[in-house]
This record gives sequence, C-alpha cells and structure tokens, in this order.
Amino acid sequence: MTDAVLQTEQLGISFGGLKAVQNVNLTVKKNEIYGLIGPNGAGKTTVFNLLTGVYTPTTGTFFLNGEELRGKTQEQINRAGVARTFQNIRLFNNMTVVRNVMVGLANRPEYRCSLFTSLFRLPRHFKVEKAMRAKAKELLAIFGLLEERNQLACSLPYGKQRKLEIARALASDPKLLLLDEPAAGMNPQETAELMDTIRFVRDHFDMTILLIEHDMSLVSGICDGLTVLNFGTVLAQGSVSEVLHDPAVVKAYLGE
Amino acid sequence: MMSFFQKYKLKHYVNYAVIALFTLIFTILSLSGALHSSTQYLLEAMGISMILAVSLNLVVGLLGELSLGHAGFMCLGAYLGGKVASLLAPSLGESSPLTLLLSLAVGGVVAALAGLLIGLPALRLKGDYLAVVTLAFGEIVRVLFKNSGESFGGAQGLATPRFDRQTLFLWIFLSLLVCLFFLQNLMRSKHGRAITAIRDNEIAARASGVSVVKYKLLAFMLSSFFAGVAGVLFSFSQFNVRFDHFDYNYSIEILVMIVLGGLGSINGSLVAASLITFLNVKLADVLTGNLAILQDLVYALILILVIIYSNAPALKNFRERFNLRRLWGKIRKPKKADASVQRDDANDWAEIPTKIPMNEILSTDLSPVDSSVKARGDAPADREEDRHD
Repeated sequence: MTDAVLQTEQLGISFGGLKAVQNVNLTVKKNEIYGLIGPNGAGKTTVFNLLTGVYTPTTGTFFLNGEELRGKTQEQINRAGVARTFQNIRLFNNMTVVRNVMVGLANRPEYRCSLFTSLFRLPRHFKVEKAMRAKAKELLAIFGLLEERNQLACSLPYGKQRKLEIARALASDPKLLLLDEPAAGMNPQETAELMDTIRFVRDHFDMTILLIEHDMSLVSGICDGLTVLNFGTVLAQGSVSEVLHDPAVVKAYLGE
Repeated sequence: MMSFFQKYKLKHYVNYAVIALFTLIFTILSLSGALHSSTQYLLEAMGISMILAVSLNLVVGLLGELSLGHAGFMCLGAYLGGKVASLLAPSLGESSPLTLLLSLAVGGVVAALAGLLIGLPALRLKGDYLAVVTLAFGEIVRVLFKNSGESFGGAQGLATPRFDRQTLFLWIFLSLLVCLFFLQNLMRSKHGRAITAIRDNEIAARASGVSVVKYKLLAFMLSSFFAGVAGVLFSFSQFNVRFDHFDYNYSIEILVMIVLGGLGSINGSLVAASLITFLNVKLADVLTGNLAILQDLVYALILILVIIYSNAPALKNFRERFNLRRLWGKIRKPKKADASVQRDDANDWAEIPTKIPMNEILSTDLSPVDSSVKARGDAPADREEDRHD
C-alpha cells in the first residue's frame, strides 16, 4: 500500500444520465509501467481526463502518493506531479522545440521568477532563463531532439513530435506520467523504439507510468500490470498474461 | 563587431534605439521651431497608433484572442484621463507634466479594470463569440459617454486642457517606449512563453501547468492599460474628446495595423501602425469635401491587396524571390562564412517565430461543435464514442 503512487477509489463520472466511467479502482506502484486497455469508447481517455483534472469525478476519488487530488484544477494537479501526453499530439506548434519544453519547466520551484522580476528584467530573470534553457537542452538531448531545438514544433516528423510531447511532460518533474496511446500511428519498428524510450524514461527519471494503448505487442512487452475497461467499467485486472487470456477480455475485443 | 552585437544581444534593443533617435531628432526640430504644427499632429497620431497596435498585439497576436473592442478601452482612457486633466489643470497648470502623468495613471488603470472585466468572459468564450463580446463592449462604452450628460460633455464631447504642443509628442513617444519596455520584457520571459503556449494549444497549456486564468487576465489587463494610456494621450492631442471617434471601425483599424504588421510581431506592428496612420492623416488632408468618403476605400484596397499578396498561391514564387529576410541573409552571407556552426539559441530572440498565420486567429472554422471541443478537452469525442458503442 505504501508504495502506491496512484490509487483510485471507486472513480467514476457521469454526463447527465450517461455513466461514462464507473467504479474504477486502480493501484499503480512506484516504478511500474501500468497499462489501461479496452475497446474504443470504453472510457480510457475519460479516466485520464479525471486523473488530470479536466473533469471532476462525480463519484469516488483518487490519491497521488497519499494526497487526495479530487476537485483540484489541472494546474494544481500538474504541480502535484501528474503530467500527461495526448492521444492526438498537442504541441505548441508555433513555438520552437526548446520553448515547448521550457513551458513545461516553468512551474518547477527552482525556476520561480515573479512577473515583476520579468517585467523589469532583474538579475534573477536572466539567471532563471539561462538555467531553464540549459535544463531544457539537457532533456532534449536525452530524447535526441537537441539538433532540432530551434525548429518549430510543427515542423518535426511525427515520431519526434511524440518524443517532444513526452519531454515536455517530463519537464514539469512529475511523479506519475500518463501516456495516451503513445504508439498510435507508428510502424512496428518505431513502436519497438518507443518501448525502449518508455523503459528508459522509467529507469532514468525514476518514473511511474500509466499508459493507454491499443498495440498489444507494446502492452505485453512493457507493462507490469493491466486493467481492461469496457463500457466504463473494469472488466479485468491483474498481470498481463492473466488479463490477456481472460475469456471475458477476449470476448470484449473479438466478440463471441 | 559581430561578436559585440551577439554578446550584448543588441538586436533586442534596436527598436528602442530607432524610436529614441527618431524622438530626439524631432524634439530638436520642434524646439528650434522648425516643425510645422501639422507635422506635430502627424507625429502624435503615429505615436498613439503605435501604442494601440503594440498593446492590441498582446491580446490578438500573442494570446490568440480576437478582440474588437480596443477602441472602447481607449475611449475609457480618453474620457477619464481627460476629465482628470481638466479637473487638475486649474491648480497644476495646463501644460504641467504632473497633470499629464496623473491623467495617464487614472486613464490607464480604469481601462485596465475594464480589461479585467472583459477578460473574465474570455476565460469561457473563444473565437467569434469573444469577438462579439468585445465588440459590444466597445459600443457600450461609446454610447455611455454619448449619453453621459454634463459631467462628460455628452454629445458635445469633453473639452480637455491645452497641453503644450511643442512637447506633447515627446510625452507620447516616451509612453510608447514604456509600453514597448513592458510588453517586450513580458514576451521574452517565461510568462510570455506561457501566454503564447495558451495561444498555440490551450488544452496542452493547461495540462502543462500553465495558469490559463492568470495569464489571460494579465494579457487583457496589460493590453487595455496601454489602450487607456493611448486614449489619454489622444485626449491631450485633440483638446476635445468626442465619442464618435471610438466606433468599431476604429477598433478594426487597429486590428488591421497588426494584421498588416504580422500577428505577434511587435516591430511589424510599429511599422504598420505608423504607415497606416501616415496614410490616413495624409489622405484626410488631400481628400476633402465629397471626396472624403474615398479615404475608407483606399484604405480597404490596401488591406485587400496585402492579404492577397501574403496568401495567394499564385504569388508564392514572387514572394520567395523578394523575401526581405532572405535578401538580407544574402547580403550578410560573406561576413558569416565562419559562423556555419549552429548558433546557440540564447541569441535566438529575433528569430523566434512568435508570428503566426492570421488564419489561425481570424479563423472561419468556429462552429459551436468545434469550439466546445476546444474549450472542454478531447472528451466530448469520447462521449460520442461511448454512445455509439
């Protein structure tokens, strides 16, 4: 119990009469890569939206390292240590690669710099800007994006945009990283590369990762635990091999 | 020489230097009596337009919200600043800098408060919907002052003190420098980055921990503060503030300046604002009587031509051949031969593409469905899926 980074209790939300997600109990332990799978429309992204504060749960609650985050704003939850990527890539397209990462860095306490300091360009402003840029370059180097740092984010190829999104998410120094279909639109070779990246992120940043994915080779390759959602409820939960051989899961994916 | 420029990032400060030099030359001319009063008026109008354009660019070009009420903020500043000035003038003197400064403060602060008021709906509305709110705001302010009765002059307009013509444009350009100082420093800081992040992708900005509420209100307040300042200066330059000057056409005129100058580009706004104002004032001189109506036509034609020029696919080759930045690069190339190494991005401000294509802000694709997706995250799509399953 003590090493659970993310814990949800009876998490659920309904939009009017539609119960989009109900009674989801997840426990993600430290340094785990945990998968959330399910057929289209099962409510996976809605769970992410609940965990990041886009929606407030109508039932249940969730904890990050024991701190209850229900009802907090997206900004507060991000500061508490939850960062995410998006199913359809959302970068700051008209900004350079390095600036994308610097936006993510801005909330770290060591880069605090008041509006007043910035407006009057006091010495601290220059110190913070320099430190942020150095840190951003460090992150970009890890993801092999250093060469492209002065390009516009929208000019990057697809795979690199995915990497940049992960780099930006990591910039806020999260405790839990939520990846929404990181392998979407990738070929098998890119997917293999992505699996290495995700493992590397876990080891290098000491990260706990919750990911949504449809690519079963990726899921069975890197996930330590798995939860299957169907029609907004948990269908199966447990270790990867257990869950993927569960007759109910096979039925949900392939039909009778 | 190059390294000196790079070391101190002097190109960041070129626009201050150009404006300061310009001001200095004209101050000397003015004090020596060589400046015709019509030239003085032209300079004043140009300075005021530049303040307006730069401040509107903060909201439209950097925050990415279409505001059509800039003249409304200016109107508030003009009336309140003018009122304060006419109250203070008997005791402090008509041309006292103190009168001017106090009116600037009052006009600016009141406009900033109004900016806060308009910023609040901006937290929920996007695109065309917000544009309508700001448009309405501008009209409401104008009509309020029109019907204000004695205290603000009503339909007659408010008479303001006669400030010394010799030095007024100096004050206007000083205000412009202050405005540039704050807005450029904001843009070049992490706060400015957060604002452009909101423009580029609000959902991602929220998820990255950007405080959208704070930065939207900040942008609206700063922008309207300087619009208010421009209004006060305008009231000093006119001696008489009339509500009908601040109609929505004027808001759109300011918008045109920043569209021509390039959304998000401060130097572009400065150049475009001064050119358009120059043209306007000169046209008003030339086209008198029945011809005055042509002024709007000329002006609209220029706008149409520029937009065709910058967007037409047929002109692509031509644009690329006569791209100023590219030509400049060619001229400079011999000097830069050794600098083929990738330059470090500590110096990249001038090349930061804060400029964005105007269709991204002046978007026509703003159907309610689309904006609800924008405003509420990608989840509504999920709900759709849920239903179909």
